[in-house]
Amino acid sequence: MTEQMGHHGPVVVLNQVEKTYRLDSVSVPVIKGVNLLVRHACFTVLLGPSGSGKTTLLNMIGCIDKPDKGDIIVSGCKVGELSDDALSDFRARNIGFIFQNFNLLPVLSAYENVEYPLLLAGTSAKTRGERVPRLLDAVGLGDKARNLPGQLSGGQRQRVAIARALARKPKLVIADEPTANLDSQTGAAILALMRHMVDQYQISFIFSSHDRDVIKAADDTIFLKDGTIRGIRRQGAEDAP
Amino acid sequence: MMITLSLALRNLLRNRRRSFATLLAMAIGCASILLFGGFSGNINYEMHTRNVQRGGHLQIQHRDFYLYGSGNPTAYGIRDYTKILAAIQNDEVLRKMVLVATPTLQFGGIAGNYSASVSRTVIGTGFVAGDINRMRRWNDFHLRSKAPVSALEGAAADAAVVGTGVARVLQLCDALKIAHCPKPEKERKSDGSALPEDIAQLSLQEAPVAAGAAASQQRVDILVVNARGAPNVTSLEVIRAEDQGIKELDEVSMMMHLAKIQQLIYGISPPMATSIMIQLRHSDQIAAAQTRLAPILAKYSANQPLAVLDFKSLNPFYVQTIQMFDTIFGFVFVLIGAIVLFTVSNTMNTAIVERTVEIGTLRAIGLRRSGIRRLFVTEGALLGFCGAVLGVVLGLVLSAVVNQMDIPWVPPSTVESVPLTILVWGETRMIFGTTLGLICIAILSAWWPAYRAAKLNVVEALRHA
Repeated sequence: MTEQMGHHGPVVVLNQVEKTYRLDSVSVPVIKGVNLLVRHACFTVLLGPSGSGKTTLLNMIGCIDKPDKGDIIVSGCKVGELSDDALSDFRARNIGFIFQNFNLLPVLSAYENVEYPLLLAGTSAKTRGERVPRLLDAVGLGDKARNLPGQLSGGQRQRVAIARALARKPKLVIADEPTANLDSQTGAAILALMRHMVDQYQISFIFSSHDRDVIKAADDTIFLKDGTIRGIRRQGAEDAP
Repeated sequence: MMITLSLALRNLLRNRRRSFATLLAMAIGCASILLFGGFSGNINYEMHTRNVQRGGHLQIQHRDFYLYGSGNPTAYGIRDYTKILAAIQNDEVLRKMVLVATPTLQFGGIAGNYSASVSRTVIGTGFVAGDINRMRRWNDFHLRSKAPVSALEGAAADAAVVGTGVARVLQLCDALKIAHCPKPEKERKSDGSALPEDIAQLSLQEAPVAAGAAASQQRVDILVVNARGAPNVTSLEVIRAEDQGIKELDEVSMMMHLAKIQQLIYGISPPMATSIMIQLRHSDQIAAAQTRLAPILAKYSANQPLAVLDFKSLNPFYVQTIQMFDTIFGFVFVLIGAIVLFTVSNTMNTAIVERTVEIGTLRAIGLRRSGIRRLFVTEGALLGFCGAVLGVVLGLVLSAVVNQMDIPWVPPSTVESVPLTILVWGETRMIFGTTLGLICIAILSAWWPAYRAAKLNVVEALRHA
């Protein structure tokens, strides 16, 4: 069952979400009753120290993990009710991923990595031929299209990952500490690029970080600690959960 | 599908050394199967050819001759066999299929070399020597070995050919110049050393004369039972001894002209034959020829039950040998298949461990579990296909090398040494069967690791170091 929301309503809604990991006989609660709205076409930062639950929360929003309790609605769809295949299709259509370690397919060139999600979706060759170079140009790698990931620097790989995440024009892009493995200058450039993509393509970006310097680039900042939201700062609004 | 294939191929090329080692194991396994198959296939062709050369594809016999009539031509002979032969030769369809149709007469008797005071029971065959030599030229599989020509063609009416075993027992070795034919112990004792000196002296004086006499003595007498149940004897000139390939046969075999043995057995009565041997142009015509022969047999079966037996029914040893080789081939295939199974499975398992993060990434960006399964199964299938193709090439090259070396060997049920031949080229059924079998095994061995990969938890896969 899905709940349709308004065209520009929140792209993600979390309602009393809980997640506990079980290590042998020990239960470790990671997310404790989180309620959250993620706004459309906003650059949202999930901020918190290591172990605060940022990645777990992102995984659940990204539909690659399921909560033990509570509901998650992404792009108007109650994802907890979807089967594994339906979730895969949902991710392919609605969610882009950018990983800390870039996670590009090493056997595919930059062009092919960006093209791959489009191939999975059965996008026509003509559309692929138009969209992939445009995306690579947009991330500044038009001249590196034929390079394999191994022939690119860390920053360039992350740019390819951003282009790949945007290839299917998703409603939401999840980025788990995308700048953690980059030097500060490159990290800042990647951050600026993501910010630019939010503005250009009107896509919601949620990314996690433990670096407080990223707050100034964000529209919304969610402060997370010990599995609970300690505060939310939205641009032009008071702190609210 | 193309993207899966492309991705699978690139993933295999990614770790070239491991993929090459797996391919090599598969190729060696495939080549081994093909070489053994080619070897046993050649034995099949050799035996098939020899049996068809000796007895034709089909034999018309009295219905019970095969089971009960051995050596009893009177009770199980075919009357009017010449009319049956004429009917075969006049049939428009059979005429196109039949190369040779010829009568034979099998009999039992006692052959004796009275000058050496030895005799033994024999199973004789009377045939038309010209027809037999035509039959021996049949070589539908284009084998390199050739059957020996029967010495009876053009020989005198009282000529006979015996097995080397018969010649040995009848002490005709010197006369027929048979190599490796030791004289019996009893004969060597006749040096007279244990005798009184004067008698021993006499014996030694006689010995060269006796040996000289044996050298020119090639005549044997054959005693058979004629059609009326009375014994009949004739004298034959043994012109050659031929190794029959099987010791038991070699020690009883005697061949002579059909007319001669018919005269001996039937006298002035109408002659009969125990079999009409029919050799076809090709072995795949057997069923059609049998169908065509049915009405002819029905016509002449009014007062004698006749049957048509194919060469496989007449040569159970051939069938058993081929079955044995087929079983060994199956065993070799299963053994190598198991090795391929574990090799590919191990390769795929290692690849999955190494590519766990990639699996997580692919799943995260929307590839279904079935997509992951398809990817790894495709990799297994590619490994299987490439390994099998490489194996076929290796098998073809190795078989060609062996065939060029002309290594001599004696196949089962043959007498003469022939060059070892391994038939892989042209054996399309075996090649495609082996290739397909190995690809299926490779797919099967990739399926379980692929299934496990598809079941991986996405988050845990992404977290994999």
